[in-house]
Amino acid sequence: MKTKEQKIIDDAVSQDYKYGFVTDIEQEILPPGLDEGVVRFISKKKNEPEWLLAYRLKAYKHWLTLTEPKWVKVKYADIDFQSISYYAAPKPKKKLDSLDEVDPEILDTYNKLGIPLDEQKMLANVAVDAVFDSVSIATTFREDLAKAGVIFCSFSEAVKDYPELVKQYLGSVVPHTDNFYAALNAAVFSDGSFVYIPKNTRCPMELSTYFRINASNTGQFERTLIVAEEGSYVSYLEGCTAPMRDENQLHAAVVELITLDNAEIKYSTVQNWYPGDKNGKGGIYNFVTKRGACRGNNSKISWTQVETGSAVTWKYPSCILQGDNSVGEFYSVAVTNNMQQADTGTKMIHIGKNTKSTIISKGISAGHGQQTYRGEVKIMKNAENARNYSQCDSILIGDKCGAHTFPYIDVRNSTAQMEHEATTSNIGEDQLFYCNSRGLSTEDAVSMIVNGFCKKVFKELPMEFAVEAQKLMEVTLEGSVG
Amino acid sequence: MLEIKNLHAKVEEKEILKGISLSVKPGELHVIMGPNGAGKSTLANVLAGRDKFEVTQGEIQFNGQSLIEMLPEHRAGEGMFLSFQYPVAIPGVNNMYFLKAAVNAVRKYRGESELDAVTFLKMIREKLKVVELDDSFIHRPVNEGFSGGEKKRNEILQMISLEPKLAILDETDSGLDIDALRVIAEGINNYRNNDRAFILITHYQRMLNYMQPDFIHVLMDGKIVKSGPKELAHELEEKGYSWI
Repeated sequence: MKTKEQKIIDDAVSQDYKYGFVTDIEQEILPPGLDEGVVRFISKKKNEPEWLLAYRLKAYKHWLTLTEPKWVKVKYADIDFQSISYYAAPKPKKKLDSLDEVDPEILDTYNKLGIPLDEQKMLANVAVDAVFDSVSIATTFREDLAKAGVIFCSFSEAVKDYPELVKQYLGSVVPHTDNFYAALNAAVFSDGSFVYIPKNTRCPMELSTYFRINASNTGQFERTLIVAEEGSYVSYLEGCTAPMRDENQLHAAVVELITLDNAEIKYSTVQNWYPGDKNGKGGIYNFVTKRGACRGNNSKISWTQVETGSAVTWKYPSCILQGDNSVGEFYSVAVTNNMQQADTGTKMIHIGKNTKSTIISKGISAGHGQQTYRGEVKIMKNAENARNYSQCDSILIGDKCGAHTFPYIDVRNSTAQMEHEATTSNIGEDQLFYCNSRGLSTEDAVSMIVNGFCKKVFKELPMEFAVEAQKLMEVTLEGSVG
Repeated sequence: MLEIKNLHAKVEEKEILKGISLSVKPGELHVIMGPNGAGKSTLANVLAGRDKFEVTQGEIQFNGQSLIEMLPEHRAGEGMFLSFQYPVAIPGVNNMYFLKAAVNAVRKYRGESELDAVTFLKMIREKLKVVELDDSFIHRPVNEGFSGGEKKRNEILQMISLEPKLAILDETDSGLDIDALRVIAEGINNYRNNDRAFILITHYQRMLNYMQPDFIHVLMDGKIVKSGPKELAHELEEKGYSWI
């Protein structure tokens, strides 16, 4: 049965955006608006323990005292937080034991996205925790992971099954007081993923989550928490697409990573949310707080992101290098075409001795796209022999786009070694003509040149993601050179 | 094969070519000489279809087709090849990947099947021997960090891989040491046949010591002012362009 809202969405769906479709299933949606009652409703709906409700309420009360950050170099219409619905869930028909019991329409949606769960289960060595709107529908490979002692489940399940772990680490890297959107997320987060890798365990497969926003006007507030115990390793993939719609949608996620002694987390993102149309109408607001804490000695956190979607992106995956000899890495490709805006970068906070960080940022602007790299490298007083290497390159396609770089460097220990390189260039007419004269079309030439430009980042991605990332770049930049 | 009639072209409102006529038949080797700024490179770029040069008058026929409105990538498909005077670098793009994409784009245009990786690699290893380069060369990024000689050898490698009907070599001999010059000249000589034509743009007579051109043309101030047999090149070398 179609609701009136879904009818409107159906009408709004256009052909341009490949993943622009809306699944026609019955949904339970909370009316728009946010007050203490909504926070209590969400918590109750999820049968949460008292301490978590208290955490949410504390965050909500703090959020009320905050105002939206305005230092970001992006422009967008004011968000009316009372016009957003803070909870939407597909109505569960019964408890699901296997994929066969999942709503066939939902499975079909995943098929359109190119991630057939049932096939993946058999063919690929990847476990998928699929987040459909706000409730996790299906989780695969749970048994294999369980054998290794790895916990990979939805956040709601983690609260039920591993409350002590959640309680210990939730908000320990990104406190509810951190910023406006982190506070909002802490108050109303719907679901997300939880990963726990026990001591001296190498996670036997790459963990992957597909996020998808499906209900009209429903802000999605994901919460991800990954804990890597001493001597463990995990590679986590996050890929996103969202269906087309006219209204702007807010997405304010929080991701927290924790590595203890000798542990490593590799976190890769390919973000392909609806960027709005050519005139800047519609599209996702992506205001995300991602941060990792290298708590242990010799631990490592590596962020790799390919950001091709969203109307407005505000995102700084960061590392706190607390343990001695710990390593933080940030590899980023961001593309803005048409009216897209992105203000993205990283923070590397060096606290421990002999800590090392690497920042490779590649920005591509086309159309009227505006892009800012904003990064901070901070060497604290006791961080003896800290090292940082930063490389921030921008490439411009056409003459109506912009690239901006704001690197902040704060060194409080004289033994630090810092290197910073930055370039901005146009895709050269000479490069395009050279490719053309060898038989390559301009479109192929642009994609080849841009892929070459991004190579240092793409090679950090897991193989199947790298292929997807290259395809996304081609789609995003289609028609960007006249 | 190539018929140029009364060709006029300008760049940024400045007229560079002022009425060039030239006829090239299959199998012929034409040499175009002339002082700096005469329009030699402009002619090469106009033939290859560079957008920033605007043809204002005249006609270019290539194998019976008009070239003026044809995209550069289609000209490549039709069998036109330009060896650049200053080949541009494409950072991060593997030379072999580039070459394979180019070869297959041209093959596709010509209605031929695309080469798979194995066949291509085998083919390219043979061609590498011709330009006396080793395997590691094709795994480097296109023209990035190449020496002057390597860049020119790479252009010749592309030429013999793309199998054009007409190759235009824009100062391929400049900046080369004597060994590289010999390698490139031999590459061209071995590649000459009755169906394939060459236009060689050069400042110097020295490359001609290794090859047998059919015609020498002198380009000055946007026009061909003198044409003649090979001996004309010697004369120019001795007497300079002011002699004409």
